[in-house]
Amino acid sequence: MSKKVSTSSKMIQILDENGELHGEIPKELNNEQIKKIYETMILTRAFDQTALALQREGRMLTYASTFGQEAQVAAAFALEKDDWFVPSFREHGVFFARGYPISQYMLYWVGDGRGMQIPKDINCTPISVPVSTQILHGVGIAWAMKLQKKKNVVEIFFGDGATSKGDFHEGLNWAGVFKVPCVFICQNNQWAISVPRSKQTASETIAQKANAYGFEGVQVDGNDVFALYKVVKDAIDKARSDKGPTLIEMFTYRLSDHTTADDAKKYRDEKEVEVWKKKDPIDRLKKFLLKKKLLTEDENKKIWEQAQATVDAAVKEEESMSPMKSEDIFTNMYAEIPENLKEQIEEAKRVSP
Amino acid sequence: MSVLNLAQAINQALMQEMEKDESVIVLGEDVGTDGGVFRVTEGLWKKFGGERVIDTPLAESAICGVSIGLAINGMKPVGEIQFDGFSLPCIDQLYSHAARMRNRTRGRLTVPMVLRIPYSGGTRALEHHSESPETLFVHIPGLKVVVPSTPYNAKGLLISSIRDPDPVIFMEPKRVYHAIKEEVPNESYELQIGKARIIQEGTDVTVITWGAMLKVVREAVEQLSEKYSVEIVDMQTLSPMDEETFIKSVQKTGRAVVVQEAPKTCGVAAEIVSRVNEKILTSLEAPVQRVTGWDTTMPLPKLEEYYLPNPNRIGKAIETVMNF
Repeated sequence: MSKKVSTSSKMIQILDENGELHGEIPKELNNEQIKKIYETMILTRAFDQTALALQREGRMLTYASTFGQEAQVAAAFALEKDDWFVPSFREHGVFFARGYPISQYMLYWVGDGRGMQIPKDINCTPISVPVSTQILHGVGIAWAMKLQKKKNVVEIFFGDGATSKGDFHEGLNWAGVFKVPCVFICQNNQWAISVPRSKQTASETIAQKANAYGFEGVQVDGNDVFALYKVVKDAIDKARSDKGPTLIEMFTYRLSDHTTADDAKKYRDEKEVEVWKKKDPIDRLKKFLLKKKLLTEDENKKIWEQAQATVDAAVKEEESMSPMKSEDIFTNMYAEIPENLKEQIEEAKRVSP
Repeated sequence: MSVLNLAQAINQALMQEMEKDESVIVLGEDVGTDGGVFRVTEGLWKKFGGERVIDTPLAESAICGVSIGLAINGMKPVGEIQFDGFSLPCIDQLYSHAARMRNRTRGRLTVPMVLRIPYSGGTRALEHHSESPETLFVHIPGLKVVVPSTPYNAKGLLISSIRDPDPVIFMEPKRVYHAIKEEVPNESYELQIGKARIIQEGTDVTVITWGAMLKVVREAVEQLSEKYSVEIVDMQTLSPMDEETFIKSVQKTGRAVVVQEAPKTCGVAAEIVSRVNEKILTSLEAPVQRVTGWDTTMPLPKLEEYYLPNPNRIGKAIETVMNF
């Protein structure tokens, strides 16, 4: 028997780029929470700008900027405390929204393994660099909850490039078959390094791919925190009540290079970037807040200053941490260190300067 | 005690672990209503139902990757890959994630999963159904690789693997699934992972092997039993490797032959020879010999016997080290 699934062909938007409303603000968001989302977006951008600057000074590794995609924060605000998120590598805002310590997060990006020793009160997997592979872990984590009769859900993040890979297909297919309580969030930022979305798939939208897996797909303005919060919250509610997964295509744009290792001017038209700059998720929410008199320019300035101070303090904390011990590379390979590694620990001590 | 074949012993291990611990689930292609293509999961679906014995979509990367997620979140998944040749899509998930999740999160997340893979040739199977890819898994730090050889160690090692806090690749010698029967305790028991066993003691030469090759080695040694006193070491676990047992044995005998079904170059046998050389080179009376599959594509059944190590080739290698 065939089952009808709906995938809306129209991109969902509530807050346009001029800060005008075209629908209702999700009822779960009060003014305080909206402000909190706004502050976390600014924190994310302050982190981003600082990271880019540190990278140029050689104080960070290659870094993947999240400039322009800060609305992702709203997706994290839709989670409950014990819910999980499964990130790719461009979800800095999601980490911060979930309370991940910034200094520790920064450790990861300077090449210190302790950066992903996830705090006990945060449910997430570590940053995942191999594209799309983490989708399967998210499905497994969510499925475990269903098997354990728990009511928690998992947000699984990946980019537009990931939708071309096998693990995307295997993961969504599996989640459809077993009605796994997860929400797939594709941050479609239009570019997978130098390859545009149009060369990634012949599908008209990424959301429509959900049709093939037997569940709902939604395309949402990914720079609109209200619309994004709403579709994610709806999908989470659905997953929590055992009605299966949803694919959300978060239509956004990477205003920066892919990472600090490439120059986007080489492969894309600056005019396109200019168009997207006008859709900036932070500017848009700011316009709304100012109009509604929920924010003044003075307060805004203070939010930015506070965000920068928080990031600066985190950098200071990270840079003053004592380094990992060399032999820490051997620990945590297994629950118990096997003989061959014990021998190598001794050998390394003997031969290392 | 019951007399069981290897498939039945594994089935019993799964049955008992599932009874004991409800976080243990079995998942894979055709493992449920069909009971597995080798009948290894026979009866589990009926006893435990479709929520714990799960017929999955035909997707090996997902069987592995979803198991990682399940294991991270409190389950003990025992995934089955139907045949050795189809385990390759799992390499990405194993190499990139299962093996390093503990290390990457400094112990915060762990992956206590088992991936069962029937392996080995000699069953006149179709292409891609007769591979011995253990080296690929052994080369991934963070995995454990267990290769049972008889019903008794298959049961005990699988129970230990399921209880192990780290990811275990459990390679089942499909050629001996139904070919060897032995007495197996009815009750549940563990055999230590990372421990080899001495199958028979001897003084002239040590033959080191594992998995499907143990039966072949025994035949070879039997044929030479009047002539030489041969010690047989069954590795049982390839990672981490029980170096102490084979080093002691070779130190005693002064001669060694390593037998593996996989291709020769960079195989596990090469690792064993290296360790012998590093540790006890001067105890050797002869260069260590390897008897292995050739560095060729696994041949189709018409020529697979020509590829597989057999008692004749093993006998010749023993003669070589004895007459050096």
